[in-house]
Amino acid sequence: MINIDSLVKEFGAKRAVDGISFTVERGEVVGFLGPNGSGKSTTMRMITGYYAPSAGKVSVGGHDVVESPLEAKRLIGYLPENAAAYADMTVQGFLAFCAELRGLAGTAKKQAIGRAVERCFLSSVLHQSIDTLSKGYRHRTCLAQALIHDPEVLILDEPTDGLDPNQKHEVRNLIRELGKTKAVVFSTHILEEVDAACTRAIIIDRGRVVAQGTPDELGRPLDEVFRRLTTADTVKR
Amino acid sequence: MKSVWIIAKREMGSYFSSPVAYVFLVIFLLLTGFFTFTAGQFFERGEASLGAFFGWHPWLYLVLVPAAGMRLWAEERRSGTIELLMTMPITPWQAIAGKFLASWAFLAVALALTFPVVVTVNVLGSPDNGMIVTGYLGSFLLAGAYLAITCLTSAMTRNQVVALILSVVACLFLILVGFNPVTDLMTRWASPALIDTVAAFSVVTHFDGFQKGAIDTRDLLYFMSVIGFALFATNVVLRNR
Repeated sequence: MINIDSLVKEFGAKRAVDGISFTVERGEVVGFLGPNGSGKSTTMRMITGYYAPSAGKVSVGGHDVVESPLEAKRLIGYLPENAAAYADMTVQGFLAFCAELRGLAGTAKKQAIGRAVERCFLSSVLHQSIDTLSKGYRHRTCLAQALIHDPEVLILDEPTDGLDPNQKHEVRNLIRELGKTKAVVFSTHILEEVDAACTRAIIIDRGRVVAQGTPDELGRPLDEVFRRLTTADTVKR
Repeated sequence: MKSVWIIAKREMGSYFSSPVAYVFLVIFLLLTGFFTFTAGQFFERGEASLGAFFGWHPWLYLVLVPAAGMRLWAEERRSGTIELLMTMPITPWQAIAGKFLASWAFLAVALALTFPVVVTVNVLGSPDNGMIVTGYLGSFLLAGAYLAITCLTSAMTRNQVVALILSVVACLFLILVGFNPVTDLMTRWASPALIDTVAAFSVVTHFDGFQKGAIDTRDLLYFMSVIGFALFATNVVLRNR
């Protein structure tokens, strides 16, 4: 479903992503690991068509993200980092807005909102304005937006960030379940999530893939593997 | 078209869901009232026309239109929702058009609420109502031109204040190149042809045509090209974010 071929992104002189290639098939949940600033979010932004790649190719469901962006974007559900949402809207209004932009209307829209609300446990705050929500609820509202059109591809940038342990557990279960029928990529720096939700993990460091495989193939304990493969930004280079 | 409408609808909603819209409308109406009746000496003129009303619009809009539009893209950038919007299956043009049209419609509402001056002048005398209609059309186009420039400056920054200042300066420039005191200064050293060319870039030159009751294609074309160009530049800025 997702095909990434020698992807590069440069910001001025800085190479944030330096020739990343991987593929994700339907039925896979890929955990995207790496230290802060290793290029995880930048890569995800190129998959979703927010950034144009400096070089290389991304295709989603066979559609090149640069050449036919609308077809590719239709297949993707995206949870951006920090889970941005329009603060002045209610949860209901925001989800309706996203559903409409996804081309849903009438009963289909109503059902889509109902399903997303149920999946993300939002029914108690449906009519509350988003700027009055706690971080966890805001995060789940944005996650609901990503799921609203039942997409084939899910790109989730730190989906469990800011959630309490119960919510984290629920979201991981949700990801695992969604992964049975969809292609899911999610980024995290919580290593236990790799075991809890992923079928495969990709570790990147300074814009390059340094390891990939099932959690068992990567070796145990995971945090030692992670530390060996990546450069801590506390270490002088 | 449908996506444009969905985005415009949300943008309209966000004006009226906060106090911004009401504060804006009240200030706009107070200021138009003040400029028309006090500074414009509406009664002392003894004319059945809205010259005193429309004459101030280029200056009044100078701050008010950027204030109404500065939020459009700067707020999306600051809050990060631009990432959400730009990864939806819509083209950047649909987002730009939706936001611009919603804001322009809001300004049209503000302008429509000045109807009491039209009533007043009709009660007191018998004005040329055709001229009032073209006056309103000119004023609406002027607001659109300023707004398109504000869209552009708003797309450049995540700070609304910076967007406001940049657009006020840009709009002020468009006024001053055709403002009589400025063009008079230029007569000392520039040829009349040059002055006319420079003045042709000014909003005032083209706005005045409408106040005389004429709808000149050149004036229409001028405002449409300013709007078109500024929105096109907005698209370029957004693409190179």
